[in-house]
Amino acid sequence: MDVVNQLQRQFIDNSASLHREGFLDDQFTQLQKLQDENSPDFVVEVASLFFEDCEKLINNMSRALEQQQGVDFKQVDASVHQLKGSSSSIGAVRVKNICVAFRSFCEAQNREGCLRCLQQVTHEYSLLKNKLQTLFRLEKQILAAGGSIPGVE
Amino acid sequence: MDSCNCIEPQWPPDDLLMKYQYISDFFIALAYFSIPLELIYFVKKSAVFPYRWVLVQFGAFIVLCGATHLINLWTFTMHSRTVAMVMTTAKVFTAVVSCVTALMLVHIIPDLLSVKTRELFLKNKAAELDREMGLIRTQEETGRHVRMLTHEIRSTLDRHTILKTTLVELGRTLALEECALWMPTRTGLELQLSYTLHQQNPVGYTVPIHHPMINQVFSSSHVVKISPNCPVARIRPAGKYMPGEVVAVRVPLLHLSNFQINDWPELSTKRYALMVLMLPSDSARQWHVHELELVEVVADQVAVALSHAAILEESMRARDLLMEQNVALDLARREAETAIRARNDFLAVMNHEMRTPMHAIIALSSLLQETELTPEQRLMVETILKSSNLLATLINDVLDLSRLEDGSLQLDLGTFNLYAVFREVLNLIKPIASVKKLHVSLNMAPELPEYAIGDEKRLMQTILNVVGNAVKFSKDGSILISAFVAKAELLRDSRTPEFFPVPGDNHFYLRVQVKDSGIGVSPQDIPKLFTKFAQTQSTAIRNSGGSGLGLAICKRFVNLMEGHIWIESEGLGKGCTAIFMVKLGIPERLNESKLAFMPKVPPNLGPAAFPGLKVLVMDENGVSRMVTKGLLVHLGCDVTMVSSSEECLRVVSHEHKVVFMDVCVSGMDGYEIAIRIQEKFTKRHERPIIVALTGNTDKVTKEKLMRVGMGGLILKPVSLDKMRSVLSDLLEHRVLFEAV
Repeated sequence: MDVVNQLQRQFIDNSASLHREGFLDDQFTQLQKLQDENSPDFVVEVASLFFEDCEKLINNMSRALEQQQGVDFKQVDASVHQLKGSSSSIGAVRVKNICVAFRSFCEAQNREGCLRCLQQVTHEYSLLKNKLQTLFRLEKQILAAGGSIPGVE
Repeated sequence: MDSCNCIEPQWPPDDLLMKYQYISDFFIALAYFSIPLELIYFVKKSAVFPYRWVLVQFGAFIVLCGATHLINLWTFTMHSRTVAMVMTTAKVFTAVVSCVTALMLVHIIPDLLSVKTRELFLKNKAAELDREMGLIRTQEETGRHVRMLTHEIRSTLDRHTILKTTLVELGRTLALEECALWMPTRTGLELQLSYTLHQQNPVGYTVPIHHPMINQVFSSSHVVKISPNCPVARIRPAGKYMPGEVVAVRVPLLHLSNFQINDWPELSTKRYALMVLMLPSDSARQWHVHELELVEVVADQVAVALSHAAILEESMRARDLLMEQNVALDLARREAETAIRARNDFLAVMNHEMRTPMHAIIALSSLLQETELTPEQRLMVETILKSSNLLATLINDVLDLSRLEDGSLQLDLGTFNLYAVFREVLNLIKPIASVKKLHVSLNMAPELPEYAIGDEKRLMQTILNVVGNAVKFSKDGSILISAFVAKAELLRDSRTPEFFPVPGDNHFYLRVQVKDSGIGVSPQDIPKLFTKFAQTQSTAIRNSGGSGLGLAICKRFVNLMEGHIWIESEGLGKGCTAIFMVKLGIPERLNESKLAFMPKVPPNLGPAAFPGLKVLVMDENGVSRMVTKGLLVHLGCDVTMVSSSEECLRVVSHEHKVVFMDVCVSGMDGYEIAIRIQEKFTKRHERPIIVALTGNTDKVTKEKLMRVGMGGLILKPVSLDKMRSVLSDLLEHRVLFEAV
């Protein structure tokens, strides 16, 4: 019991900090609400999908931006758009905000700006990924220990 | 011969004669010369004289004769040879001319004579023409009179005026002494003096119609001269002198009923009036032909004018009658309205005033039942409850029936469980049936749908009533209730030829048969069963109570449900079968959100608002697709996911009620897809509601959406509550505009 409590407390702290630091917003909470008996791993699935998507998009963007001859800003813009969509669906606020800036750079066809944004995105994404993976691990541990996931406020 | 120198030789005595001859010759010559001169003078004066040549000859003849005589004068004394020569020449000429003239005259004199005859002839002709002129003038005047008369007669549609005017004008035109009109009486056996010019005789004087003279007049269409002694003509006091000539003419009276378009009615059925005209006595005037013709024409005109007047009278009478009827109808309608209002007021009052105490009684008795009671008390309370329930039912029945008759009752349509209805009826009826030791069985056909659309309450009322009757009128035995879907061939029942139910796609006919083995109904009573308040005479039935309204109400309900109800029985004591068919709707989809019925739902998630609602989600972005799906699945929807617009168009079917579409997709514009989807489904109710998911809500986007006909717009990211409310709004209103 103690272990469970401890784990649960840790879980709550982590979640709270994620929210506080602006990594995640209300949307993520909504996703957590959708998790039920029918779809017990809903959040994990969505997150994994998000990570995959992100990696793919980031790779596309870096390749496109590395083109010396002529950057296909349209393609970059499309990728950024996708990323923005995904991140807002999952509630990854920081990533989304960067995407917004990224888009304006794309429209301005500012390669430097784009590259900078790409860097930021990559950075944020990694951070988020780590934190979420920690959270999920905690969840698994709690469940394994026989406890229940505390509802996030 | 010596001439004496004394006295002039005296004329010899025969010289006296010579002297006279001399003088006479002279005068003759004078006359002979003057005659032609006169002739010439007067002929010149007159314009016309055809025979100039003859005149010349004649003149020449006369002149020469005169010359001869003149020359003769010289021959009395001694004359020279010259004179003799001249004389001879003159004589010769004269002879020639005279002979020629004589010869000419042979030709000319007959001509001259004939001129005379021609002149006579012409004079006669002139006299004749004068006469005819006179006649024509008279006729023309007569014609003028006729026209004037006709005008006078036709200028009015009043019968009396017409007749009066006729007489007056005729009297004036023809300068009559008396003019009278005899009309046939109602019986047709007499002629009654109706109008006279001078009003000398009392009107009302009658004459029998079958007088030979009268018959003569009636049988001829012309004016007939009659004797002044005829009874119809004896309307003036006998004068000292000879009465003037009298004529009579018939005036046909046409009855409206005799009017036929193309042929005149039979003479035998014609009624005539008689017009009698009398010339002034002592005038020695005769009836002229043109006057008689005038009279005939006038008589005809009068007949026409009279018939017009008759038609007018008739139509005026008809109009008056119609007006009266109108007034009466209006009154009747107002009375009926008042009656209806009174009845409605009564019903409204009865409804409220009677139901309130009833409810009080029923409610309190039920409550009383719940308390501690002794057995006798309980029995009493139960009886009170039963009686008051009966009374409440009666009040409701009467109210329902009157509303049904008004046509103001409407069915409350809704989806309900058919099996549940029958089970309910069975449960209600089982206690009573078991008391009577009746066996009740229910047989529901398997192809009956579980759910139907109709008025559940009234259907139950009908079934209950029918089954209740079966129970009521059976002392023992069994009651069999069967329900099945009416087949097409069974739908046309020979007994009910006017009932042609047509099965269709979204409705079916439920056929319910309730067979009992009770007292039955005699065949002649069957038609009366459905009439209000009618009860058959059998005492057994009377003892069973009931107001006789039940079946009437059932029939009304069944009719409202476009069905038919009837009872079959083989006779008294042989039980009877009540059968009815009603039209019920088939519910379209069990996943309509209006259904009260809930599918299996995990209890800890609360009610899923949209069980089984089929939706399609189109989103290129995997993550947001998954999230949207998660949301919808959580709300109980059946989600299909597609990731591209082509796939969306391929997969979308009429089963999908809502399509969530991310409109920021590459490739086909989201709006275009919406249009394509709408084109795919031409029928409005098959079309899914298309909702756009977007991160963008500027005005342009919204306008585009409206133009394209999308159901609404949701701003991403979507929360669970938002999705829930969006879906419920959509399904209720089919359109939502924006959910942020």
